[in-house]
Amino acid sequence: MSDNLDAYLVLSGLLFAIGSFGFLARRNAISMLMSIELMLNAVNLAIVAFGAFIPALGAQGSVIALIVIAVAAAEATVGLAIVIAIFRNKRTPLVDEYDAMRQ
Amino acid sequence: MARRLIPILLALAVMGAVTGVAAIMLVFLGQDWDDALFWILAAVMLGAALLVVTMRDIIRCGLAMIVCFAALAGIYVLIGAPLIAATQVIVYIGAISVLILFAIMLTQTKDAPSRLVFQTQAVPAAFASIVIAVVIALAVGATDWGAVAKRIRLATDALSQLLFHDFVLPFEIVSVLLLAAVIGGVFLAKREPGGPS
Repeated sequence: MSDNLDAYLVLSGLLFAIGSFGFLARRNAISMLMSIELMLNAVNLAIVAFGAFIPALGAQGSVIALIVIAVAAAEATVGLAIVIAIFRNKRTPLVDEYDAMRQ
Repeated sequence: MARRLIPILLALAVMGAVTGVAAIMLVFLGQDWDDALFWILAAVMLGAALLVVTMRDIIRCGLAMIVCFAALAGIYVLIGAPLIAATQVIVYIGAISVLILFAIMLTQTKDAPSRLVFQTQAVPAAFASIVIAVVIALAVGATDWGAVAKRIRLATDALSQLLFHDFVLPFEIVSVLLLAAVIGGVFLAKREPGGPS
């Protein structure tokens, strides 16, 4: 199993599905950000698996994975800063109580 | 005293189950170490991910996320990319998890764990994510990727040659992006003088 590209890709798909469930179903904004991190990790696993099993890609898969990790760090920084800024105004971390644009 | 023993017993039970599964796979099913490690790391990663999206206490969700990232780093080592695994440990476990735990401590109110965890759309969301998983699995099974049947172990010098020579422009752009994200994060989370509390 560990020498099979399909196993890693199915694992990555399962992790992505779990992350998407968390993003759609959780009420807490930080839980949603954690689910986004899970989905980014799933995509990263798929990229590294492609790089490790397809000879034409060589080391490019790992380079792309490194860049994705750096962009994910930037995304987490800005996302958490936005959540903290909203929390300071609304006093709640629950996204379904952010309804100022609905009225 | 008994309540304190429960987590220790739980951890011992999990470790025993993992060791038992590994022993069964190695001794009785005749698989090698890589397969046993793959199954154990995959099970730990998916279990921790499920705990992240379902547990009520969000601090525990954050700690389960660290376990999930650590298992994923182990899978990177198994796949033959140790540099990615090291980056995963440094960036995700070292930096992003700490950032998320700090944000949790800054934003949670006292009654938050007793509130409802899921939105009303949780059941359709579960259905949709199961559909996503099945579709991805079917697509993976139906596609011929042209993959070799052996992992290509990655040489770090080849990777650095590629990163600092062929991909040097994306590398520099990412460094500028990180600087912009740091400044933007500080600006967004900063408390304005005279603003609300």
